[in-house]
Formats: sequence, C-alpha cells, structure tokens
Amino acid sequence: MIEVRNLNKAFGEKVVIRDFSFRFEEGKANLIIGESGTGKSVLVKCMVGLITPETGEVLFDGQDFLKMDFDERKVIRQQIGMLFQGAALFDSMSVSENVMFPLTMFTEMPLKEKQERVRFCLERVNLPGVEKHYPAELSGGMKKRVAIARAIALNPKYLFCDEPNSGLDPRTSLLIDDLIKEITEEFNITTVVITHDMNSVLEIADNIAFLHKGEKVWEGNRMEILRSRNKELSEFVYATKILHAFRDQLEKE
Amino acid sequence: MPDPRNSVILATRMNPINLITHIGRYALLLKQVFRATEKRSIFWNRFFYEVNSIGIGSLGIVSIISVFMGAVITIQSAFGFESPWIPLYAVGYATRDSIILEFSPTIVSLILAGKVGSSIASEIGNMRVSEQIDALDVMGVNSASFLILPKIIASIFIFPFVVIISMFLGHIGGFVLGVLAGVVTPYEFVYGVQYEFRPYYLFYSLLKTMVFGFIIPSVSAYHGYYARGGSLEVGQASTRAVVYSIIVLLLFNFILTQLLLA
Repeated sequence: MIEVRNLNKAFGEKVVIRDFSFRFEEGKANLIIGESGTGKSVLVKCMVGLITPETGEVLFDGQDFLKMDFDERKVIRQQIGMLFQGAALFDSMSVSENVMFPLTMFTEMPLKEKQERVRFCLERVNLPGVEKHYPAELSGGMKKRVAIARAIALNPKYLFCDEPNSGLDPRTSLLIDDLIKEITEEFNITTVVITHDMNSVLEIADNIAFLHKGEKVWEGNRMEILRSRNKELSEFVYATKILHAFRDQLEKE
Repeated sequence: MPDPRNSVILATRMNPINLITHIGRYALLLKQVFRATEKRSIFWNRFFYEVNSIGIGSLGIVSIISVFMGAVITIQSAFGFESPWIPLYAVGYATRDSIILEFSPTIVSLILAGKVGSSIASEIGNMRVSEQIDALDVMGVNSASFLILPKIIASIFIFPFVVIISMFLGHIGGFVLGVLAGVVTPYEFVYGVQYEFRPYYLFYSLLKTMVFGFIIPSVSAYHGYYARGGSLEVGQASTRAVVYSIIVLLLFNFILTQLLLA
C-alpha cells in the first residue's frame, strides 16, 4: 500500500501541491484526476522521488520513501514500474533490449531466461514479434505497450502511469486502459494512474482522488464520482455534452 | 540595432553568482557520476561502446586536419626561416615542437570538443527532455553514473591515442607536402625532427590531453544532463556545451603549461 501524508510542493512562490494526503489501495487502480496544470504530474514525480517536496511523507508499505538514502530508495525503486507520458523508451535500444534492461541491471538471470521473460512480457501486452524493432519504428500505442512491458518485467509491486492515454486515439486508449486494469488485477499491483480522461476514470478506477489547483477536493470511487455534488468535480466530470446528457438522464431517474 | 534582450541574457549568464551556481552543480554532478553503483560488466560494455564512438569515430576528421596542419606548419616555418643564419633543419625542429606541444594536444582537443562535446550534450539532453533519464532514475539506476562515467573514462583513455595518431600524421603531412612543395629536403626535415628531442614534451602533451579528455565529456554532459524544455533548449545546451568546454579547456591549457613547462 502507498500512503501520502500532508505533501506540499512549491516552485518559488507558486504552490503546486497543497497539503495532499491520500491512501492508494493495494492491488487496485488508484486514479489521480484533474484538469491540466493542477499538479498531477508533479505529485507523482514527488511520490517516486524525481522531485523533492517541501514537506510531507510518502509511505511505501509504511516506510517513508522521502527519508531514505540512495541505496534504500534503490530497493523500493526496483519494486516500482513506471509508464511515462511519452513512453520514455531508450532510443538507442531495440524493443527487446528495452524490456530486458531492468533484468540486466538488477538480476543475475542467464540470457536465455531474460529472453523468455521479455517474450512473456511482450505477449502479455499483445505485442509479440516486435523484439527487434527500435522505438522510432513503433506507433504511439505500441510504444506505450512496450513501456508497460518494461515496467512489469521485474514483477513490480507498484505501477505508476503518467497520462497513459495522452496522444492516443480513443480505441487505442481503451486498449491501454484495459491492459492497465488487467495487469493490476492479474499481478495484484498497486497502480497509480494520473489522467484527465473521463473514459479512463469510468473504465478502470477503483479509487479516485480529484485535484483542483493543487488541492485534493474530493475522493471516492467511480460510482460515487457521477453522483457527486462537488462543484469543481462536477465541472470537470460533466465537461462534455455526452456526459451532460448522461447527468440529465441520471437526475431524471 | 542590437537586440537588448541579448545583453540581458548575457548579463544574466555572466553573473558571478550564476557562475558559482554552475560550478557547484557541476561538482555535485561529478560526485554523483563517480558514485558508481552499477554492475562492472555493464560499465565495461558501455566503456567499449564509447571508446568506439568517441575515439574511433573521430579518427577521420582528426587525420585529415592533422595531415594538412602538419603541412601548413612546415611551410609557414620554412617561410619564417628564410635567413642564411638559420639552418634548414630548423623547419623540421619547429614543426615537431609545434605539433607535439600545441597542435596535436590542444587544437585536436578543441576539434574534439566541437565534435564529441556537442554529440554528448545533445544525446544526454534529448534523453532528459524525453524523460528517458527520469525512467532510469525511477528504476533505481544512478543515471549520471550510468550515462556519463563511461564517456569520461573512455575519453581519458582514448584521447591520448588519438593525439599520438595526430602527431604521427602531422609529421607525415609536414614531411610529404613540405618536400613536395620544395621548402625542405627529406634529410633536413628528418634531422630537424630528431634534433634535441625531449621525451618530457611528449609526457606534457599526453598529460594535457588526458585532462582535456576529462573536461570535454564532463562539461558537455553537465549541459545535457540539466537541459530542460524541448528540442530548441537541447540545441542551446549543445552549443553551450561546446563553448564552455572550449573555455575551460583553454584555461586548463594555460594552467598546465605554466605548471609543467614554466
């Protein structure tokens, strides 16, 4: 389980995250949602140690990640898989080398075993046969799937996904959402997804925190989100005409 | 009319506090770089890759420049020594000392600062802006050590070999083109090259080259590692990497010359 307590982050005068606390449930898809520029990416980067917050605690199974030194963090980090917004595959490596990278860095597996693990991970994300391709030869959706394969190569306990659907068409977005949901359940991973895509929210969310101007203003699950009376959340959720119509229908019932 | 924004930018960059900040960040980066935490086999794989990329990949341009610079030094020396009081073998002597003391270690290193420095800064800068460095950090890899250390060690190792090849080709170029141009005879050129040869000059030259082999990749990697934004900023980081590498290289050239030759 991951728990964030009273996290604050500012860049100079600008406060980006204000007193954020949230419990990310184990083995569930936990979503942090909010409009662009509300500090979602900064929050996740604080949680994985890419940005140092001013105050607060990030507890991975009760251990405060922010108080750890490099070697202690390394142990936790090997249990973390992360899917970045642009996939962040290593350009100079083939797909197979990308997925194999964490195995080479942190395990003593023989080559054959590593190749089998790579094949398994790529098949799991429905991408068999692309081992020899380079990231530049892949579509956006394929890159994201390879990044998921790399993220699960070491059997992580925690999976962080930063805007997994950005730049993808609706159909591919749905595929990525399904994949995240399936992997979360199949491997009992504590997944943290940040998104502003309501389709993802309705598709995969078990547990949701809504950020508005750096503050958590609402939390709940995907059933509760549609009935919430929170003003900021309603404006965010019912921003599209389709969902407007859905709300009207809901109110009639 | 000059753009006033340029002077503002320049003033900001020349600010001594900025300079101290850069030196501090550079020192912290080096501390992180030399905290080698990865497996040795991975380091050696990357080391040999960088030796090939930085050293072998630069041999073409270094060879061409060395041959022609050797020839030009020979012809210019012969032109300057047009006096009956100066023996003709002084052309070979002057060519040798110019090549060993300054041309091969310093000018070749300046060329490498342009070629290798911009390549390192843009490679690491692109990895930074496309979140590949973040991906390494999240995995628990010491990204600075993983990316920069093999480049530094490979440069320190391979630059002296590149400079020795440059010295050899500089002399060949001076000999062949000097003789073909008729400014020196083969015997006098060879006699001049051998005349009062001091092996210490070679030591000084190679030591200088190894220091430059540290400066070029580390300064360039620093600019790439802290690049922010997009492709425009990566381009700017690459330019800064070359400019600062050259400035630091020239500064250390002066300091080392003062320490080792004065």
